[in-house]
Amino acid sequence: MMIFTIAWRELRNLFLSPLAWCVLAVIQFIIAWIFLVQVDNFLKFAPTLANMANAPGVTDAIASPIFSTASVVMLLVVPIMSMRLIAEERRSGTLSLLLSAPVSMTEIVLGKYLGLLLFLFIMLGFMALMPLSLAIGTHLDYGKLFSDVLGLGLLLGAFASAGLFFSTLTKQPVVAAVASFGLLLMLWIISWAGSGDERYSPVFHYLSMLDHYGSLLRGSFNTTDVLYYLLFIITFLVLSIRRLDAYRLQH
Amino acid sequence: MNDNVLVKVENLYRYYDDHCAVQDLNFELRKGEILGFLGPNGAGKTTTMQILSGNLAPSAGQILINGIDILDQPKRAKACIGYLPEQPPLYTDLTVDEYLEYCACLNRLPQNKLLTARNFSKERCGLKDMGHKLISNLSKGYRQRVGIAQAIIHSPAVVILDEPTVGLDPIQIREIRSLIVELGKEHGVILSTHILPEVQSVCSRVQIIHKGRLVFNDSLTGLTQRMQSTSLLLTCRQIPEQAVIKALPGVNAVELIGNRQLRVHFDAGNNPAETLAAEVIKRGWGLLELTPEHKSLEQIFVDLTTADETSGPTPIQERAA
Repeated sequence: MMIFTIAWRELRNLFLSPLAWCVLAVIQFIIAWIFLVQVDNFLKFAPTLANMANAPGVTDAIASPIFSTASVVMLLVVPIMSMRLIAEERRSGTLSLLLSAPVSMTEIVLGKYLGLLLFLFIMLGFMALMPLSLAIGTHLDYGKLFSDVLGLGLLLGAFASAGLFFSTLTKQPVVAAVASFGLLLMLWIISWAGSGDERYSPVFHYLSMLDHYGSLLRGSFNTTDVLYYLLFIITFLVLSIRRLDAYRLQH
Repeated sequence: MNDNVLVKVENLYRYYDDHCAVQDLNFELRKGEILGFLGPNGAGKTTTMQILSGNLAPSAGQILINGIDILDQPKRAKACIGYLPEQPPLYTDLTVDEYLEYCACLNRLPQNKLLTARNFSKERCGLKDMGHKLISNLSKGYRQRVGIAQAIIHSPAVVILDEPTVGLDPIQIREIRSLIVELGKEHGVILSTHILPEVQSVCSRVQIIHKGRLVFNDSLTGLTQRMQSTSLLLTCRQIPEQAVIKALPGVNAVELIGNRQLRVHFDAGNNPAETLAAEVIKRGWGLLELTPEHKSLEQIFVDLTTADETSGPTPIQERAA
């Protein structure tokens, strides 16, 4: 399958540059720090929590804050990782290698997307290992943990698809990064608007990525939330394919 | 359709907004041919190459690669093409081997043929010992070779090379040229360049494109015929009398260019060299040199490209200029 050939190359190319290693290291360090702080806090309040009736468990107290911080960090990181996907290839002229090879635009876009997604999932895997390590000493709510991972996974998929689309728009990787960061942040905070207005607030809340992520973090698996992310991803992938096709038609 | 025809271009047009980069282009490439694509800068060479390789879509017209329409079945058509753009599309973070293997994968070579194809194309491009080197550490000449290796790795029927010798030193140019001649034996090659001697030394057919139009399309022998001399250079020990020479049959005009050197113009196919030599010896002027002057490819090129301007450009061209 051509998609996997391109994806595999993309992933390996990422690891050939110091950027990928650097990002992995920095993110791991930051998440580890938050993990330690959360564990510390939990131990401090554990005696109080034990006496409460409906106290949050280990997973609620430790995993959810990690994943909620991680999402904000990833909001910054994904545009940096995605900015080069197509923009860099257009700039250095290597895109013509893909365009003159017997592969379709869909395969190019999906291959690139999958390559980046694999990288992000590696990062996600490392993050998930931290709360999982608690399983050695205590009982974890695996359903909730799964919901957290799924939520962040979908969120990363959505971030990456938007980043890929902006990368097809320009030859300047940095412009792509800024534009995708702008869009993602906008969708993150969009629910702040219209919070008082009864008529419009559902629209803003539906558009907000934060709201859909929030409900997954609380452990409630809604088809609406999952569909929101899937629609988001498909939309931007289709737009990217169209955009790459249009690149052939006009300059 | 003749099955020797590898590329068939019909009524090709390409507009950038309202600027017409290529207009009404028609040509064919047969097996075993090396087609030289000549033109001044901005003539539409690169645009044509990009369209042929599927990097750009034409505004109008049809392109058949091996009988397959590149717009209808792009994947099948592109499988028959190897393309080296002006700027070789190299991933500089990779080694030569990694890069060529990826290119082979992209061209859907089966896994078991991958290494053979890679080694074969490396060998042909003189990259045998370069396999483990990073592309970013290679010199420009070697990068160009990697670019060519990439274009021929799947042994395509048509190889399209866009200015492959630009920026290389004379030895590298010679090597690349002999490689192109080698390629021309088994593949059809389209070579775009603005270096005229390159065309003379490599190509079997020449096309000159100017302002998006084909102004010349002939075999190299046809071109050589056009380049046949219409003037002689004559050097004597004494200053020859111009009037005497002008009176000889076939001579049109005589001009004095050096101290004792004359340029004798004559009608094509009526070479007066023999009578001229006899006359000079008879008069005892002391013949030192008598050489036919060849019209250079440059001259033809200039003639064609300037003649086109006087014939009245179309409105679109005017805007382009």
